[in-house]
Amino acid sequence: MTTRIGVVVFPGTNCEHDVVRAVDIVAGARSPAAAGADLVWHSETTLDRFDVVVLPGGFAHGDYLRPGALARFSPVMGAVSRFAADGGAVIGICNGFQVLTEAGLLPGALQKNRGLRFLCTTVPVRVETIRTPLTAAVVEGTVLRLPVNHFEGNYICDADTLDRLRAEDRIVLRYTENPNGSLDDIAGISNEEGNVVGLMPHPERACDQLTGATDGMGLVAGLLGVADRRAAVPA
Amino acid sequence: MKFDVSVEVRLRPGIADPQGATIERALPALGFDGVEAVRVGKLFRFTVDAPDEAAARAEAEEMSERLLANPVIEDAVVDIAAVVDHTVGVDHSVGALR
Repeated sequence: MTTRIGVVVFPGTNCEHDVVRAVDIVAGARSPAAAGADLVWHSETTLDRFDVVVLPGGFAHGDYLRPGALARFSPVMGAVSRFAADGGAVIGICNGFQVLTEAGLLPGALQKNRGLRFLCTTVPVRVETIRTPLTAAVVEGTVLRLPVNHFEGNYICDADTLDRLRAEDRIVLRYTENPNGSLDDIAGISNEEGNVVGLMPHPERACDQLTGATDGMGLVAGLLGVADRRAAVPA
Repeated sequence: MKFDVSVEVRLRPGIADPQGATIERALPALGFDGVEAVRVGKLFRFTVDAPDEAAARAEAEEMSERLLANPVIEDAVVDIAAVVDHTVGVDHSVGALR
C-alpha cells in the first residue's frame, strides 16, 4: 500500500520540505513507493486524497497574536478538522502542535519556555505509548534523540486535563531532561482516539546521517505504515 | 454609537510568567528596588459601533474569548467608554499658528 501524506503549508511555514524529504528517505529505505508526500497550500479545502496530514513547523501567519492563533482561520483547517473527525492521522510538529491546540483539536496550550530561552538543540525523548500512528513502528519506552527548535514549547493544561491525558494514555512523548519547563515533561500528546498527535520535537530533522541524527526515522516510518495498517483492519 | 474599547489580556493567576520574572530581576540593576509581582500582558485598543454599551461589551467579550485571549492560560478584561465626537469644536488645521 502506498501511504499518501499531505503536508500543509501556511504563509510562514518553513519545515514542509524537511517533512517531504524525510518521507522520501524513510520510504526509500523500506521499499520504493511505500509513501509519498505532497505540499498542500492552506487555501485548499479538501484532504480526502491523503492517508496522513502533517502540519509542519515554522511561523504560520507570522505567529502574530500567538503562535498558531491565526492559522486556525485558514480554509484548510476546516478540512483538517473533518479529516481528524473521520479518524484520519493528523500530526502537528512544533508550530503545527501550537496550531492544533489553538484550533481546539488538542487540549492545553504552549507557553514561552521556562527561562525565556529560544531552544535550538537535540534532546532525549521517551516514547510513552505506541497507540498513535506516529509511534506505531517503535518500541514503547525507547528513548530517541530529537532536535527541538522553539520559543513556545512549554506545555500547560489544567489539572483535570492532565489527569485525563495520563489516564487515557494520551501522553505520547516525554522529555527525559525537561528543556523548557513543560508540565509533566510532556513533549507530545494525542487526542482521545489517538489519531491526532502534537509534538514539539522535530523527527523529520533526524532522518539523514548527513545531519548527524537518524532517531526520527522510526516515527516517520509509523506514518508510512498508516495505509497498510488500515488495510489490515477488517471492515 | 461608537465606543472606545480596550481589552487587557493577562496570564491567569498561577500561570508562570517568564517575561515578568525576567523584568523583575532586571529592575534592581537600574536602582528600582522593592518591585514585586511583575506580570506582562497585552493591551488591545479599538472602536466598535454598537447600539449601547452593553452590546459593545458583549461583542468585545466574545472577541476576547474567541481570538484575543487563549482561555487556557489567559484572562481578558474589557473596558468600554463612549466616543466623544472629535470633529466637533476643535479645528486642528489652524489653532496653533494663529
